[in-house]
Formats: sequence, C-alpha cells, structure tokens
Amino acid sequence: MKELIIIAIGSALVNNVVLSQFLGICPFLGVSKKVETAAGMGGAVIFVITIASFVTGVIYRFLLAPLHFEYLQTIVFILVIAALVQFVEMFLKKVMPPLYNALGVYLPLITTNCAVLGVALTNVQKEYNLLKSVVNGIATAVGFTIAIVILAGIREKTEYNDIPESFKGTPIVLISAALMAIAFFGFSGLI
Amino acid sequence: MEKCKERLYNGLIKENPTFVLMLGMCPTLAVTTSAVNGAGMGLTTTVVLVMSNMLISMLRKIIPDSVRMPAFIVVVASFVTIVQFLLEGFVPALYDSLGLYIPLIVVNCIILGRAESYASKNPVLPSVFDGIGMGLGFTVGLTAIGIVREVIGAGEVFGMRVMPSSYEPVTIFILAPGAFLVLAGLVAIQNKVRAVLAKKGRNMPKTGCGEGCASCGNSACNGKIFAVENEEQKGREEQK
Repeated sequence: MKELIIIAIGSALVNNVVLSQFLGICPFLGVSKKVETAAGMGGAVIFVITIASFVTGVIYRFLLAPLHFEYLQTIVFILVIAALVQFVEMFLKKVMPPLYNALGVYLPLITTNCAVLGVALTNVQKEYNLLKSVVNGIATAVGFTIAIVILAGIREKTEYNDIPESFKGTPIVLISAALMAIAFFGFSGLI
Repeated sequence: MEKCKERLYNGLIKENPTFVLMLGMCPTLAVTTSAVNGAGMGLTTTVVLVMSNMLISMLRKIIPDSVRMPAFIVVVASFVTIVQFLLEGFVPALYDSLGLYIPLIVVNCIILGRAESYASKNPVLPSVFDGIGMGLGFTVGLTAIGIVREVIGAGEVFGMRVMPSSYEPVTIFILAPGAFLVLAGLVAIQNKVRAVLAKKGRNMPKTGCGEGCASCGNSACNGKIFAVENEEQKGREEQK
C-alpha cells in the first residue's frame, strides 16, 4: 500500500509527466486556452491512460514476456493504443453518449500523445506489476490534468495582460509553463 | 536532381520542423540538455525518417488506402526498434542518456506527418531527400537549443568549456524549466524577425502548428488509424 502511494505521488507531482518529463507537450500547449476544455482533455487522458496501462500491462505479461517477444513492445503498444482509443470512442458513443459528448472531441487527439506510450513503456522499464502499472497510469494522467488545468487558468488571465508584441501567443505560454515547472520542483522533497 | 535539392532546402530552412512547423515538441524539450544529446536525438530521428520515407514510398502503390495509417505506424515502429538496438549495441552512452525518448520517436509527428503528406505520394528518391532535409532540419533545431542550454547552464559546448572560469553556470537551464524558457526565447526572436520582415513587405511562410499539434489539420497527427472512422468523422463534420 505504502509503495503504491509513493508511486502515485511520484508520478503525479514529483516527476510530473508534462513539466519534468516533457511528454504530452502538444495537447498541453494546444488545448489549454480555456479551463473547461483543459479539464475535458484531462478527463479523456485519465480515462485512456488508465485503460491503456492495464491493457498494455496484460499484453506484456501474458503475451510478449512468455513468448520472449519483448523486443516487439514498441510496435505492439503503439498499435494497441491507437486501436484502443478508437474502440473506446465507438464504445462511448454507443453506450454512454453524455460522457462521449464531454470527452469525444479530445479522444482522437490522444493517440499521438506521447504520454500514453510513455506510461506503457515506463511500466515495463520499471517492472511494475499490473496493479502498480494501473496506479502509475492513473497518477501520471492526474498529474497531466493538474498541469494543463493550472496552465489554462494562467492563460485565461494573461489574455488581458500587456505582453510585449514578440512574446504574444506561444512564447508567453512557454514562459508560464517554465514558471510552473520551477514551482513543481518544490514537490521533489515529498518523497 | 533539382527536386532533391529543393527538398533539402525545404526541410532545412523553409519548413524547418522545429522552428517553423513546431512539430515534435516532446523530444525537442526533453533531450536538449546538452548539444551532444540534441544532435544524437536529431540524427537518430533522421535515420528513422529516411528509412521509413524510403520504404513507405516504395510500398505506396501496394498499401491500400484504408489501412495506410496502421501500415505506416508498423513501418515506423519497426525502424525505431532496429535503431534502438543499434544504439544500445554501438553507442551505449547515448542510449542511456536518451532512454525512454528513443522508443517515443514512433509518436513523433514529423515522421508520420512526412509519411502521410510526402512519401506516400512521391517517388523514392525525392522521398529519401525529403527525409534527409527534414531530419537535418530537426537535428539543426535540436542542436541549436542544446547549445544554448549547455552554454548558459554549464558553460560548455559539446563538453568543452567556452565560458571564462569566473562564469557561474545557471543550472536551471539544463533542468526542466530551462527547456521552456529557451524555446520561448527562440520563438519570440522568430516572431520579432517575422514582424520586421513583414513590415518590409516580405512574404513570410505561415507557421504550420504554432498552436500545437491539436490544431494542425495533419491527419497523421490526430491519430485515427482506421479509415472507416475517418469518413464517419467527415460525415459528422458535414452535418454540423
């Protein structure tokens, strides 16, 4: 139990997926204009990463490892994740239309979100078992959500500020992200 | 031959993936802690890009349109796996410092983007040169960011000391926040240059993905791997 909590805090705050590992920068910069859309993206990421880390964990432990096909992990994982996202989308559309309406737009953007593949590969690299993989997945995704929602909040405020002409748009967002990254260093004392 | 030269120029300058298109941001920020790492990542990506462009261009008449995305992904992932083993065997130091970011080359928008928008429509030779141009453009971008971060953060370039010994390194630049700061500075400089050139009446190429991959219309980047679903999406958009 203690180990799980350490993994969770480590992935969500200390080694934040966006601010210290730089995975999932594209949606982080692209979908962070409004807090609502950022939260929607975060929800979709939590949903997909949780399922993906479970499924890739099962495939690795029960299919690739027994057959000694570990070297195929990159190929298998990326295909599984890409297919999984699409199936999740179809499934949600048929079964849970309200949830689909809330998350649907963001789901297709997630496949090439390197965070998903990154989590799957980290789980293998650190030799996590299934439970730890899922906990690591959820925590990583929660860390992503925290970061993107905070950034969206900052961006909503900076929109009305007087920013030098050259720094308007992407540069000021990157500087906000840098300041957030410095702030997140404060968590490194937690573990 | 003219076309090949044009492709090289296009990748290196006109559509430079790092500075103009802003693609592949994850490795750009993550591995540029030093010039060596940046150059290593850039060259690794170049090798994968050239090989995948070549193979996809050769197979462009064989791969059916409806399964092209999964096919491209398999080709790219195979080359990434091969390159990963080569690095592990021959350049273990680079393999250790790039770590997780080597397998993550698979999800680099540049590679799938070039496969989709160029290699799947053009003959082999121009596609290879397109890969070389784009790859070198990416390498130049990463190395430049790596040099800036290494000089400010450690006072060194490619491991050699360039700053006077009285210089106190600003360590934050080789840590995570430095990546964001350096990129912010570079984009701001680029914006400034654009503004000045636009005033002089020069026609500047538009930035492709200034707002990140999410808003770029590149179908390779928005991750639909089965074409059926793609058409459904189109239908949905038309209904709106």
